[in-house]
Amino acid sequence: MQKESAIREPLILGDKTYHQITEDVCAPVEGKANKYWYMVFGLSVVVALWGLGCITYTIGRGIGTWGLNTTVDWAWDITNFVWWVGIGHAGTLISAVLLLFRQKWRMAINRSAEAMTIFAVMMAALFPGIHMGRIWMAYWVFPLPNQFGSLWVNFNSPLLWDVFAISTYFSVSLVFWYIGLIPDFATIRDRAVKPVSKMAYSVLSFGWTGNAKAWIRFEEVSLVLAGLATPLVFSVHSIVSMDFATSVIPGWHTTIFPPYFVAGAIFSGFAMVQTLLLMVRKLLHLENYITVKHGEYMNIVIVITGSIVGVAYLSELFISWYSGVEYEGYAFRNRATGPYWWAYWSMMTCNVITPQLFWFKKIRTSLVASFILSIFVNIGMWFERFVIIVTSLHRDYIPSNWTMFHPTFVDIGIFIGTIGIFFTLFLLFSRFFPVLALNELKSILKSSGDNYKKKENHE
Amino acid sequence: MSKAIYALYDDDEIMVEGAKSILSKNIRIKDVYSPFPIHGLENVLGIKWTRLAITAFLYGLTATTLALIGMYYFMIEDWPMNIGGKPSMNLYQNLPAFIPITFEFTVLCAAHGMAITYFVRNGLFPGMPARNPHPRTTDDHFAIEIMKDENGGVSDDEIRTILQDTNPVEIFEK
Repeated sequence: MQKESAIREPLILGDKTYHQITEDVCAPVEGKANKYWYMVFGLSVVVALWGLGCITYTIGRGIGTWGLNTTVDWAWDITNFVWWVGIGHAGTLISAVLLLFRQKWRMAINRSAEAMTIFAVMMAALFPGIHMGRIWMAYWVFPLPNQFGSLWVNFNSPLLWDVFAISTYFSVSLVFWYIGLIPDFATIRDRAVKPVSKMAYSVLSFGWTGNAKAWIRFEEVSLVLAGLATPLVFSVHSIVSMDFATSVIPGWHTTIFPPYFVAGAIFSGFAMVQTLLLMVRKLLHLENYITVKHGEYMNIVIVITGSIVGVAYLSELFISWYSGVEYEGYAFRNRATGPYWWAYWSMMTCNVITPQLFWFKKIRTSLVASFILSIFVNIGMWFERFVIIVTSLHRDYIPSNWTMFHPTFVDIGIFIGTIGIFFTLFLLFSRFFPVLALNELKSILKSSGDNYKKKENHE
Repeated sequence: MSKAIYALYDDDEIMVEGAKSILSKNIRIKDVYSPFPIHGLENVLGIKWTRLAITAFLYGLTATTLALIGMYYFMIEDWPMNIGGKPSMNLYQNLPAFIPITFEFTVLCAAHGMAITYFVRNGLFPGMPARNPHPRTTDDHFAIEIMKDENGGVSDDEIRTILQDTNPVEIFEK
């Protein structure tokens, strides 16, 4: 059996046994939802419906319903796209990179972080889809034979790379998530008493038996998928950044973009995981599994990646001056002092300044402070994308083209709506799926469980 | 007439010790059912490590080749285009632009190919019946499975006696 240093803090608190873990994690699935769940779910559904209405309106009437104009032809839609993709990055990072580094604390949070990834990538993929205008032609982005048009898609274009990156990322994350879910569905199946849920979980669990060879294969598949997903995470957001970096727009045309976007994605993703998990642990009574230590670990990732993002902002600013390119220099002066100064300084405050508070152990281990600061990061990272996209476009090379971007109610509705759809899906997940990798957690109980550690140390 | 005898344990370490002592008495163990992976069990039972990782590599290799051949055909052979003054004339000069999709396609096929192989080899499909001997082997119990016809020379009672010595919580036949 694996041993762990006594000074390492336990990852599972309380006097837990294997059976107790099953009980605790299955409780939300088997029991009835409380009134808070129904309240939040109801609100999410209403917001989601409003969003779906705005999407339908866009598809029916066209992109003219948005606030875009000939100068600012990418705005909220692409901002939201990059924001959601960025959020999606933490799930795979937690499950894949932390698996490769054998970080045991990932086990309490990977399941819901991966669910978040999948839902966030779905929300992200929606935006380029509806921005096409004729969404029923969306399959034209795939390299289909020529009867669909006279040309192949352009494989030199980062926008096409994005199609491949996002679809690969989505489907690989989904498979990774589902393979991990199968043994846990089997646990719920074997406990189910009602015939309907017994049948549903039988189908979902694919007939999992948990024999020795199946577990060997399970571990191998998890390890190799983690190995494949790790470079995938980095490639996806690098490619998203190349949508901008390969163009000649001042403020976009910089080589720092790929690493800067990847750090930003991990930063915003961990912040969203923090936001969601602090709610989940409270609502589903999982305080013994998602502990303060887990929150602290995530805050450490947030402060590190936030600092990387801060350094990237400053290097961008420095290079815009040092390069001597006057367009580049103006783009950055305009960001900080132009008509969108408030967006730039919101971004700077929320992404660079407030996360630095996590250097204080008191703040890092306070759940209330973590929750508030994680929301700040979510807001800041939305502004980052808005600043990059809109402030670079709204004053282009010809001053007679200069204009401002004003979102319409449809722009706002679709953005808020995707948050509603996201929460609707996440809340359904929290009711019907095991939110923790309960069987994987059992494998660390004896090395990282509070009661076992105490016994080991003769306390 | 039941075909197999099962010993059910409530702790993984007791089960692994039990498996060792059963094997030392020349009883063959068909399989072990557990709620989570137990490291080192494959050495005790003498199970060979899986070759799934090799299949992933082969799927990936196929995908890399296909992606490069595909893009060579689309962009250079079938319909070369001059985009932004950068004509597509040969693979060598266009290769950097093809790397991202080659990479993505490799990961896509390696991951899905391996996942499908995993499902097929484990017999995992929607609607498959659960074949674990006891419902608690997916919760907190561990079962050792011994097939009667694999241990022809030993009587059922002898097997039961040997199993009883390994401290199981229950012995049952199925």
